Amino acid sequence: MSIRARVLDALATVHDPELDEPITSLRFVSACDVSADGDVEVRLRLPTPQCAPNFAYLMAADARDAVRRLPEVREVTIRLDDHYTAEEINAAVGRGAGFDEAFPGETRGDLDALRELFQRKALIARQARQCEALLAAGATAEAVTARRVADLPDEPDTRRCLELRERLGIAHEPAAPAFVRPDGEPIAADDLRRWLRTASLVRMSLEVNGGICRSLLQVRHGLSNPEEVAA
Amino acid sequence: MYETNGEKYFIVDGHLHFWDASPANWVKGQEQYAKGWIECFHAYQGLGPPETHWTIEKFQKYSEADFVKDVFEEGYVDVGIFQSTYLKQWYTDGFNTLEKNAALMEKYPDKLRANGRWDPREGEVGLKQLEEDAKRYGLKGVKLYTAEWRNGSRGWTLKQPEAQFFLEKCQELGIKNIHVHKGPTIWPLDKDAFDVSDVDFAATSFPELNFIVEHVGLPRIEDLCFMATQEPNVYAGLGVVIGGLMHARPRFFAKVMGELLFWVGEDKMLFGSDYAIWEPKWQIEGFVDWDYPDDQYSDYPAVTTATRKKILGLNAAKLYGIEVPQELQLPDEAGTPAAKDDAQLVGGAT
Repeated sequence: MSIRARVLDALATVHDPELDEPITSLRFVSACDVSADGDVEVRLRLPTPQCAPNFAYLMAADARDAVRRLPEVREVTIRLDDHYTAEEINAAVGRGAGFDEAFPGETRGDLDALRELFQRKALIARQARQCEALLAAGATAEAVTARRVADLPDEPDTRRCLELRERLGIAHEPAAPAFVRPDGEPIAADDLRRWLRTASLVRMSLEVNGGICRSLLQVRHGLSNPEEVAA
Repeated sequence: MYETNGEKYFIVDGHLHFWDASPANWVKGQEQYAKGWIECFHAYQGLGPPETHWTIEKFQKYSEADFVKDVFEEGYVDVGIFQSTYLKQWYTDGFNTLEKNAALMEKYPDKLRANGRWDPREGEVGLKQLEEDAKRYGLKGVKLYTAEWRNGSRGWTLKQPEAQFFLEKCQELGIKNIHVHKGPTIWPLDKDAFDVSDVDFAATSFPELNFIVEHVGLPRIEDLCFMATQEPNVYAGLGVVIGGLMHARPRFFAKVMGELLFWVGEDKMLFGSDYAIWEPKWQIEGFVDWDYPDDQYSDYPAVTTATRKKILGLNAAKLYGIEVPQELQLPDEAGTPAAKDDAQLVGGAT
């Protein structure tokens, strides 16, 4: 596997924190160049120049961290293009500085709380997708809520849910309940339908936002039409 | 008025603009932002049907004749409401100010209303201006853009103490309709700028005012939905939903409409074309013909002719005291209540 391929694999682990999708499948990575000496330059583009600076910073900083973890890589440069705060973000990310240093005086803290809020939403949305599929396939509410982590299918939603649970400090060992609230409490069978009513709304919101972002990126950069992913 | 299949629809377009974003109006040194802003809107127009797309030159600045043709002559709009948006940091004479909108309103007094604006960062001067604007233009509403940049500040929130003075002033002046448009920046920058909890706060503090969350809180539809079940004075402005999704992503559109009808309810949803991002004509024609694409959506509330009539005009007419001809009204009936019980869970959901 070439260094470039490994860099792209590393970038595929970086998620848009708001949409919870990899920045590669969202087509936010517009270029990735590796020099003969192992210096890497990654260029990022977002759907609009006004995309929220906090999320833009997180994607750029996470991309830098992910690529720097590769032992064969030397210098890493992340360049966010065509964005209102690209200059501030590129300079801060380039020197490994935090968000508060990118925007001195304009923040009150780091972005941990923001990231966590959206990790919770992402967990709800992905669990909703999995629950809906089980119910649609004929499972009863009792059967769905009795499931354990070990019973979940080996698919991207499962892997991502477990990753999110780990980051949120929610039990995720094989014997843990498969479906939980963001505080880690399992969902009771007689509460599943009600829980799903709100969880499906969160799922819809994340998916629609992803759809709008894809559409805008497509229009602005003349990309080919991406498949609509709505269920 | 739009008429099809023997049904007549009274149309109130709750979200119109008459802007000038041409290079001549760009503030020196801020060209990057002024250009980026309008180009971003232009990309949104690209989500509508291809035959409705404009060149960027026309999109930057269109004429009064374009407006009259697109909105009144071909767009079926009986009454349109301007949502004044200033952005004076980037546009010398403003993007579309109340003065500019009012000039057009004076020519078409029966067909146009103009909403004002305020910004809590302007303090006493802003309060005085609001009073003058209210008197001069008979304001019934304001449009607030919390992400507006001003002198190094990238935004504000309805929770800040200064905003309470302006809301009190609105109440005093009879400005009942507060349209809130969320944008991507706010102070402090580490917070989610699209968060609508400040609207919730204001709606609780000012129960006599109506809060219309523009573009349904996108990208936080879920938060708007939860809030609308708790706050009887919160409404959903449908700008961007119909224009940005109905053509480009019809299955998403069906889901969004289904969720909004369930959580917010058909009595509290307001059509807005967001012209000149999208022309009203195709949106109205398409929405009147629209229904869920298949039985996958059968859990959502049904869409009836009455639903469409309310959303396209009758709901906004009520908020703005616009007289609707007898033949275009609906017989009195109870509205569909939003799903209050289901929202009880919500506190723990996100």
